[in-house]
Amino acid sequence: MNDYNFAYLDEGTKRMIRRAILKAVAVPGYQVPFASREMPMPYGWGTGGVQVTAACLRPDDRLKVIDQGADDTTNAVSIRKFFQRTARVATTERTGDATIIQTRHRIPEAPLSEGQILVYQVPIPEPLRFLEPRETETRRMHALQEYGLMHLKLYEDIARHGEIATSYAYPVQVSGRYVMDPSPIPKFDNPKLSNCPALQLFGAGREQRIYAVPPYTQVISLDFEDHPFVATKAPHACDLCGDDGSYLDEVITDDAGRRMFICSDTDHCNSRRAAGHVGALTGDAA
Amino acid sequence: MYVAVKGGERAIDNAHAFLAEARRGDPTVPELTVPQIREQMALAVARVMAEGSLYDADLAALAIKQARGDLIEAIFLIRAYRTTLPRFGSSRPVDTGTMAVVRRVSATFKDVPGGQVLGPTFDYTHRLLDFALAAEGAPPKAPKAETLGPMPRVGEHLDREGLIEPEPAPDPACAPPPPDLTRTPLELPAERALRLQALARGDEGFLLSLAYSSQRGYGRTHPFVGELRIGEVMVEVEIPELGLTIALGSITVTECETVNQFTGSKTQPAQFTRGYGLVMGHSERKAIAMSLVDRALRWQELGEESTGAPVQDAEFVLMHADNIQATGFLEHIKLPHYVDFQSELELVRRLRAAAHDHESKQVPEGQEAAE
Amino acid sequence: MSEQAPLLSVRELSKSYGARRGCADVSFDLWPGEVIGIVGESGSGKSTLLACMAGYLAPDAGAVVFDTRAEGPRDVLSMSEPERRMLARTDWAFVHQNPRDGLRMGVSAGANVGERLMAVGARHYGQIRAQAEDWLERVEIAAERIDERPRQFSGGMQQRLQIARNLVTGPRLVFMDEPTGGLDVSVQARLLDLMRGLVRQMGLSAVIVTHDLAVVRLLADRLMVMKDGLVVEEGLTDQVLDDPQHAYTQLLVSSVLQV
Repeated sequence: MNDYNFAYLDEGTKRMIRRAILKAVAVPGYQVPFASREMPMPYGWGTGGVQVTAACLRPDDRLKVIDQGADDTTNAVSIRKFFQRTARVATTERTGDATIIQTRHRIPEAPLSEGQILVYQVPIPEPLRFLEPRETETRRMHALQEYGLMHLKLYEDIARHGEIATSYAYPVQVSGRYVMDPSPIPKFDNPKLSNCPALQLFGAGREQRIYAVPPYTQVISLDFEDHPFVATKAPHACDLCGDDGSYLDEVITDDAGRRMFICSDTDHCNSRRAAGHVGALTGDAA
Repeated sequence: MYVAVKGGERAIDNAHAFLAEARRGDPTVPELTVPQIREQMALAVARVMAEGSLYDADLAALAIKQARGDLIEAIFLIRAYRTTLPRFGSSRPVDTGTMAVVRRVSATFKDVPGGQVLGPTFDYTHRLLDFALAAEGAPPKAPKAETLGPMPRVGEHLDREGLIEPEPAPDPACAPPPPDLTRTPLELPAERALRLQALARGDEGFLLSLAYSSQRGYGRTHPFVGELRIGEVMVEVEIPELGLTIALGSITVTECETVNQFTGSKTQPAQFTRGYGLVMGHSERKAIAMSLVDRALRWQELGEESTGAPVQDAEFVLMHADNIQATGFLEHIKLPHYVDFQSELELVRRLRAAAHDHESKQVPEGQEAAE
Repeated sequence: MSEQAPLLSVRELSKSYGARRGCADVSFDLWPGEVIGIVGESGSGKSTLLACMAGYLAPDAGAVVFDTRAEGPRDVLSMSEPERRMLARTDWAFVHQNPRDGLRMGVSAGANVGERLMAVGARHYGQIRAQAEDWLERVEIAAERIDERPRQFSGGMQQRLQIARNLVTGPRLVFMDEPTGGLDVSVQARLLDLMRGLVRQMGLSAVIVTHDLAVVRLLADRLMVMKDGLVVEEGLTDQVLDDPQHAYTQLLVSSVLQV
């Protein structure tokens, strides 16, 4: 693939995206329109994230790509391969070793550090979209900071279900100003958004928006004083590494409906197992 | 056990190999060539060029071959290729008045200067399967027409009498160079030039259904096809540094102008209004649909009422017309979502457990549901 | 907030639609606790006037000065949009003729009442709910219907819900556009009675636009009569209705008497 520029996009496009990223960093949580390009992968497969990553990549970067927390899911493999081919950058599965991490639906369990960039793939960047479908109207609501509608939804949840019935893509307010969709991460991950030493960038290709949470920025999950936000996960420990504090996948193991729980973050799980931690299903073997 | 979704690299490579094999089909059947597709699947090629926004019949034919005949997939291939091409500038507006016409009809006049020219149309064919096509053989030669003379556009006749609104002046914001949807994000409200651009590369099926809905009364605009013309036009580029205009070549386009009713107002006498469609290649269904949708979207400018019909809603139409965006987002739901699903699973289990506790503690209230 | 200043001061407000006059040169003062009625037939300009005052329409000329809590009298028309919207959800209220225009039909009655509270920063679910319950009771809707959607309510209840939703933040000025229009006579009477009680209890100032003289007789202290976009007569309600001076007012009053 020598016929394409480094990291696929031409330099002019990268400059345009970097300008949008700079603006996004300057106005945390604000959705910056950008001229999203048509990528050689479908919209919905992470074209926004890929463009942001491409604009940030340098030849000496080490890239990690995860989908659902795992490095080996098909789409993560596909995107990693895309950059291996078009940018020939080093790749890694170790969260701590990566300089750029592109993710879909998860924040790694291991704390991120200064100098790292976490790039999220975003399907619908507008947190108000399902309350108000019109872009023209939601932009005005953001401009005027009219977020009553957001709490209206949370109020209705509690009135009907007794608790806030949003379990992923849980809306947050960034730096006391913009209400933001953190992408469809489980709300378990929301606390990691706040005061994070790494730069967090969000790219929505189809919807042509980029937004950002700069390092050490306060990010608050919306709630009520008497119904505070709670980060939840399955009430189990990982059956492979025994961690009871990480986010878990539930896997059905046979026709009788038996199931096991394992860390969704494969690097986290592997590292723990390498360090000698065991879970219910690995205990005997170890 | 837990490797199903974490397929990894080998599974992807194998899938690609399988795809290549499936694409070829039975190897005892001769392989299609790109020129065969270009020449014999010309309308499919035209659609891929139009919605791919790239006028290159060979590439479009290649894309159709690569996509196994899935036109949206082929359009996608063309778009992804197009986006990597450098952009040198914009051409002068093409002059469809000087078109070398192969087909031209007007529904509003029995005859018009230049004449009605049927051209290669399906219109009056009987839709009977032609089994002769299953066998190979040369078709009978079509008789050649004498050279066609100049064909002034039908709208100009109405214009002269003031019966139709003058061609709306281009918005100053859209002065050359025109806005480019592929280089700047679509912002709303969009000017007509931008709307037409979005419609020209929009999905044919989507525009067809929208236009049809408006004919059935959802945002009705009473259209007649003032003129539909298909043919070749010259594409020219000005090079200001050299003070030159250079002809790049000619392309086939389909143009449709509808004549629509308008009741007028106290200050304005009744007048016909226009809807406009222009599509690359031979694509008359799309051009007609586009002109109906364009006209319906102009309700505000013409002082009409919005009935809340989808075809009148510019944001709705423009945000959903692109089939590459639509198909990507639609199909992405087959990607793994199990992290989100897991969080929903836990939530629903918790809510059900809470409801169960609640019920078992309460005396049943039979009245509540009846109210 | 001084007692001397009018709460609302409208000066030479004009709005035309092309060649047609909407309203022209309308001026009046509204004092704290006062209710003014604007009457006239449809097309008289009263709805245009109301829309211009409430910020739904941009007038061509004039001023709408409101005595704000923080900064005293300010021309609403020269405020920035955020300021105007803030005013609209705190000190101002607007009761639409059709409750569907003023309610969110897709969410519960409680959420409808709570929305303004949340919009100004209330973040305690229990307190929001308690206030919503309290307001439902005040407009004579049983508190246990708090989780029902407005669709399940009768027209009169929907209108009372709209009033509760508007008054929950304790506004000082209420605009009402034909608040009893489209309701049965018996339902109208109950609603008028309720509104009169609330206006007196809360010391509200209100501008009520209506073609129904019975409404203004019951609610309004003062009256303005409009015809063809102009104010043709104004004065104390009883005075205008019992001793109309302008020929048009006489016609209006006599026509209602015949009914």
